[in-house]
Amino acid sequence: MPLLANLKKVLVIGSGPIVIGQAAEFDYAGTQACEALKEEGLEVVLINSNPATIMTDTNIADKVYIEPLTVEFVSRVIRQEKPDGLLATLGGQTGLNLAKELDEAGILQEEGVKLLGTDLEAIKKAEDRDLFRALMYEINEPVPESDIIQTVEEAVAFANRIGYPIIVRPAYTLGGTGGGIVHDEESLRETVASGLKYSPITQCLVEKSIAGFKEIEYEVMRDDKGNSIVVCNMENVDPVGIHTGDSIVVAPSQTLSDREYQMLRSASLKIINALNIKGGCNVQLALDPYSFQYYIIEVNPRVSRSSALASKATGYPIAKMAAKIAVGYTLDELENPVTKRTSACFEPSLDYVVTKIPRWPFDKFISANRKLGTQMKATGEVMAIGRTFEESILKAVRSLEVGTYHLELKEATGLSQEELDKRLAVADDERIFLLMEAIRRGMTRDQIHELTKIDHFFLDKFERIVAFEGRLKNESLSFELLRDAKRLGFVDRKIAELTGLTEEELRIQRKEQGLVPVYKMVDTCAAEFEAETPYYYSTYEEEDEREETGKKRVIVLGSGPIRIGQGIEFDYATVHAVWAIKEAGYEAVIINNNPETVSTDFNTSDRLYFEPLFIEDVLNIIDVEKPEGVIVQFGGQTAINLAEALVKNGVRILGSDLESIDTAEDREKFEKLLRELSIAQPLGKTVTNVNAAVETANGLGYPVLVRPSYVLGGRAMEIVYNENELLSYMEQAVKINPQHPVLIDRYMLGKEVEVDAICDGQDVLIPGIMEHIERAGVHSGDSIAVYPPQSISPELKDQLIKITTKIALGLKVKGLVNIQFVIHDNQVYVIEVNPRASRTVPFLSKVTGIPMANLATKVIMGHSIREEGFTPGYHPEAEHISVKVPVFSFAKLRRVDITLGPEMKSTGEVMGRDKNLSKALYKGLIASGMKIPVHGSVLVTVADKDKEEAMDIIRGFYDLGFKLMATSGTASSLEEAGFKVTTVNKLTEGTPNLLDQIRNGEASIVINTLTKGKTPERDGFRIRREAVENGVVCLTSLDTARALLRVIETITFGAESMPQFIQPKREAVLHG
Amino acid sequence: MLARLILEDGTVFSGKSFGAARESYGEVVFNTGITGYQEVLSDPSYCGQIVTMTYPLIGNYGINRDDFESVRPFIHGFVVREHAELPSNFRSQQTLDSLLKEYDIPGISDIDTRRLTRKIRQFGTMRGVITTSDAKVEEFLSSLQQSGNMNDQVSRVSTKSVFTVPGRGPRIVVVDFGSKSGILRELTQRDCDVIVVPYNTDAKEINRLRPDGILLSNGPGDPKDVGEAVTMIKDVLGKYPLFGICLGHQLFALACGGNTEKMKFGHRGGNQPVKELATDRTFITSQNHGFAVTKESLVGTELNISHIAINDDTIEGLEHKTLPAFSVQYHPEAAPGPYDSGYLFDRFLDMVEKHKKEVSPYAITR
Repeated sequence: MPLLANLKKVLVIGSGPIVIGQAAEFDYAGTQACEALKEEGLEVVLINSNPATIMTDTNIADKVYIEPLTVEFVSRVIRQEKPDGLLATLGGQTGLNLAKELDEAGILQEEGVKLLGTDLEAIKKAEDRDLFRALMYEINEPVPESDIIQTVEEAVAFANRIGYPIIVRPAYTLGGTGGGIVHDEESLRETVASGLKYSPITQCLVEKSIAGFKEIEYEVMRDDKGNSIVVCNMENVDPVGIHTGDSIVVAPSQTLSDREYQMLRSASLKIINALNIKGGCNVQLALDPYSFQYYIIEVNPRVSRSSALASKATGYPIAKMAAKIAVGYTLDELENPVTKRTSACFEPSLDYVVTKIPRWPFDKFISANRKLGTQMKATGEVMAIGRTFEESILKAVRSLEVGTYHLELKEATGLSQEELDKRLAVADDERIFLLMEAIRRGMTRDQIHELTKIDHFFLDKFERIVAFEGRLKNESLSFELLRDAKRLGFVDRKIAELTGLTEEELRIQRKEQGLVPVYKMVDTCAAEFEAETPYYYSTYEEEDEREETGKKRVIVLGSGPIRIGQGIEFDYATVHAVWAIKEAGYEAVIINNNPETVSTDFNTSDRLYFEPLFIEDVLNIIDVEKPEGVIVQFGGQTAINLAEALVKNGVRILGSDLESIDTAEDREKFEKLLRELSIAQPLGKTVTNVNAAVETANGLGYPVLVRPSYVLGGRAMEIVYNENELLSYMEQAVKINPQHPVLIDRYMLGKEVEVDAICDGQDVLIPGIMEHIERAGVHSGDSIAVYPPQSISPELKDQLIKITTKIALGLKVKGLVNIQFVIHDNQVYVIEVNPRASRTVPFLSKVTGIPMANLATKVIMGHSIREEGFTPGYHPEAEHISVKVPVFSFAKLRRVDITLGPEMKSTGEVMGRDKNLSKALYKGLIASGMKIPVHGSVLVTVADKDKEEAMDIIRGFYDLGFKLMATSGTASSLEEAGFKVTTVNKLTEGTPNLLDQIRNGEASIVINTLTKGKTPERDGFRIRREAVENGVVCLTSLDTARALLRVIETITFGAESMPQFIQPKREAVLHG
Repeated sequence: MLARLILEDGTVFSGKSFGAARESYGEVVFNTGITGYQEVLSDPSYCGQIVTMTYPLIGNYGINRDDFESVRPFIHGFVVREHAELPSNFRSQQTLDSLLKEYDIPGISDIDTRRLTRKIRQFGTMRGVITTSDAKVEEFLSSLQQSGNMNDQVSRVSTKSVFTVPGRGPRIVVVDFGSKSGILRELTQRDCDVIVVPYNTDAKEINRLRPDGILLSNGPGDPKDVGEAVTMIKDVLGKYPLFGICLGHQLFALACGGNTEKMKFGHRGGNQPVKELATDRTFITSQNHGFAVTKESLVGTELNISHIAINDDTIEGLEHKTLPAFSVQYHPEAAPGPYDSGYLFDRFLDMVEKHKKEVSPYAITR
């Protein structure tokens, strides 16, 4: 069946901001979908609230709406655009939920919009636990004993019947929010209560735990004719019990015999047939390791994180094919885009092993509960390809950027056996490393299996890695030994360490012996057919498949896994850089290891190397590609961190050179530069011991900003207000010694401003200035940014422009630079300079219309800003106001304090754009997921230092009719100020206390600025967590509170009594 | 121990020996199945061939009692990137290495199997030798060039005598050209009364067994090496419903006047898409064939093309225009591979049922 008749215009729904459970994979899927639809000559309208995506670029869709993903706004777009069809299955759970809501609201019917792809009936059947189970019974597919419950008591009754452990899964939530495995009644009650709250339909599935079974996934596709294929199957190294998003996953499955493979394949296809899926679908199954008994765990009737992984693992573009199927094509009519000569209706065959390891945010959230369970906690993932399992997983490990380059965690040697056993049994993010420690300690495979339930196949492979370490340590390094080490994926640095050589020596020796990797193609078909895709991975074998094109090439380093502080924005910049390099007439080569992204779509670059962003792997590619140079400024800190080693190895960095990078990062050099340019920065000093820290802080005056020098970007950064806090920070947060100095800066209270600029060495173009809503001290990534600035005087703007220009030229920036300022007492101070693409590049590009990453790349390639048709200086400000609002994933990370501070905590961002600031803020906040309350109660608990400032804001809410609630201290100061307040109990004052009030939904807004709640026991911490877990708006910065107040003032109408008639004084009227 | 795989064009792959440490010649082919190595190496259709698995990790789930497709493997060698020394699966009873040793089949591991596959794809199937000796490559090349292709594989793998697998359903005579167990399994699952006969059984002998239908099994090599079967098929065609699988399909075509040719490197794997023309549906099939029926040879015959491979348009299924007979080039019995085409056995048995009603079976013999 060709393209559906009467289909001219299609609306595609994106997935919104990056949150845990829904990351860059939907930008990849959405971008592919838009391109696939445009290929068919369809007019594509896109709506997504996330500006950091490639899909929201105006060259991807014909019309792009960056608006909140709510029924209100999507309906508006539908009414305005009148699309014929709606494609929602590529926008993650957000897209599906929205499609359902639009349908229920009658809008699709009213506007005559056809839902394309899998229909709502099927989506409901797949997602509603009850309907799904009924269907499984009907088609005779096994599901674990379970019950759908709507109250805690029903859950307890089920548990009493079936026994523990029991899994709780709330219906319709992302990444399993609010669920978990419970072993007793108390935790059952707690988990079910929270799960019911998260479920939009107040429904949970409680089911018999099949923890310990093999967890297997099938990525399947089906068309309207019923043709069905499996694109890829995957096996979780971690058995059932850990969310698949938090599991180490290999593709294809390793321990299934053909009978098991085909049995599960047939079950998967039977299910998608019964559901009448039209497009992509993910089926998760559990298989008893000791029999053919299996259970269906769940089905996702849409493209997903797993389908992105499967696409990258096989080369088969699931999202693209799903889009084609949605508009009427069948699989047999489509060509395999990888071979360009065979059919898309086939099942890819892999001739390599793919490993995915999740990337967790626990380096940022030290206090978070690191245990892994059914609720996903990872923010991103890495993927690696190898010809052996060992090679594949070792590559994945060094892609993670968690400070290790081997399956080894040095700290693990210090763990007691008891601790080790415990952490093997109850998995956390480090289990894979602890497992290696267990092997190194001599624990047997059986013992480890007993604790972890990880299959012997994998454990054996891990043992082989450890055994090989022994050989490297004890034997002399022959050619064969080194070759075998490389074939097992050992990195030079580790081999050098074990053999007593330096990494340099080993590298030289290895190359002399001709032990260099070859590059093989990912071709979907295990070499059965010739393929056209320039998609490569390295391995130590015989034949290299790259073909020399004779063209000049440039390598762009990607940004690796998505983590807090380095999100999809960097992939956005990377992709634009690649496009610009192609436009400039070069071949663009990309190295990256994140399977979720657009940059690792083989269609993006001329050559894609799916490899670790580790120096050895990068140098190996440079050796064979012989590029003109390497661009490091788009891949975030990941790429920047490689610059020094690249230069040392004689590689040419294109754009701002190492000297610029170093000057910006080295405090002394940076201070010197600013002094030379006579630019102010907050006073500060580097100290190497605690006494000097105290002395310096006293000299500067509190509050001070403290951070370790060896990590930048807000990690472990804190504002301390007195000596006690400083001492406790020194004790807990950092190791201080001459190798690890700590920086202490004066904390300047003031407005924070951020500027991105492009410099070609002669001229500087400043696309825009962004003003932050939250004052300095809140990480720029967690602040609401406003463009163009609303409260900065022309004089200050002038200063900002002048300083930016001076710094860009002074630092000899070539390409992008990002500068953060604080405005304190009407004076501009520079806080930080990054000579690279920043997080704000996509946002600013979109709101100013300047393709910043593209232009920067052209500049890097030697063009000038003027040549490219842009006028240097400050680009005229846009008329519309745009705000970038951060989005957090706190609901998924228990025990993480949500207070905004110098450490970044947000996972994503949304944009609000309108004619004035209040409207833009309204859209931004709505898009970020906030349900803006227009009445109700505000629970106020503010620190003493904030009380005065808070009064105005509280008055604002009060005047709008909000009731006030506060604990005794705050309550009395509010009463003094003339407010009517309900006093609520503190935690220590017995129940009901303020936590109960929050839990019972009596507070609609919580304003909480209680200081320092790093430990979960503290009141402030508990209040904030309670608010988050109950979906109550919780504001920890008075600036955000003020902004929200402004929005509520705009959208509501306060009731105010009419003024009295004027009663003039008698004298005044007597006029005559 | 070191081992080498030497191809007739002089290409040498150096790796490690596993399985039997002996020399063995054969036609080198590749299979793209990720799982199913046990079924592959015990499929009699691979008789005389050295099989490379394109997936690099082979032997992961070991070897079990139940998944053999014949009583013993007939392959001449097995080539893998890595063979698992510690298999893991609840049914596993031995390693791949020990199985190959048991049946004296040489294996070679640790070679660039993707390079080998690409070579075969580019230049077509080649003869090769697995050896552990240090002899000069030239010596092997002359033996490789001198040795012609085998032409007696079917007689090597076919049953020597008739045997039955009794059932209460229709009586199906399976002509064994090297039948996979899967075919018998599919028939007995449907309660057929199965009689397996040697490949050179003539029509008279078959008549004597009073079948309700005849199934022509899969098997190794060139169909033209099995002339006696073509004669037999001509004789029974129309008398009994007939279903040909793989080699059986090619023999059916030859018997109806079609022709076959050797393919460049064939189809071997479990991911081959085949379109059923009547329904316009595409199925993922399990395949293992190095020969194919040629399209032009069907002009003027009584055969219709029922299935085609959508990757290269080759013929994957035929049906007789008037008589109850059809055949497929692929393996509806799966093992290894997808179960999607199992319905063809039902179709065959429906045909048998229908035929039984139309022609009283007793009429023939009375």
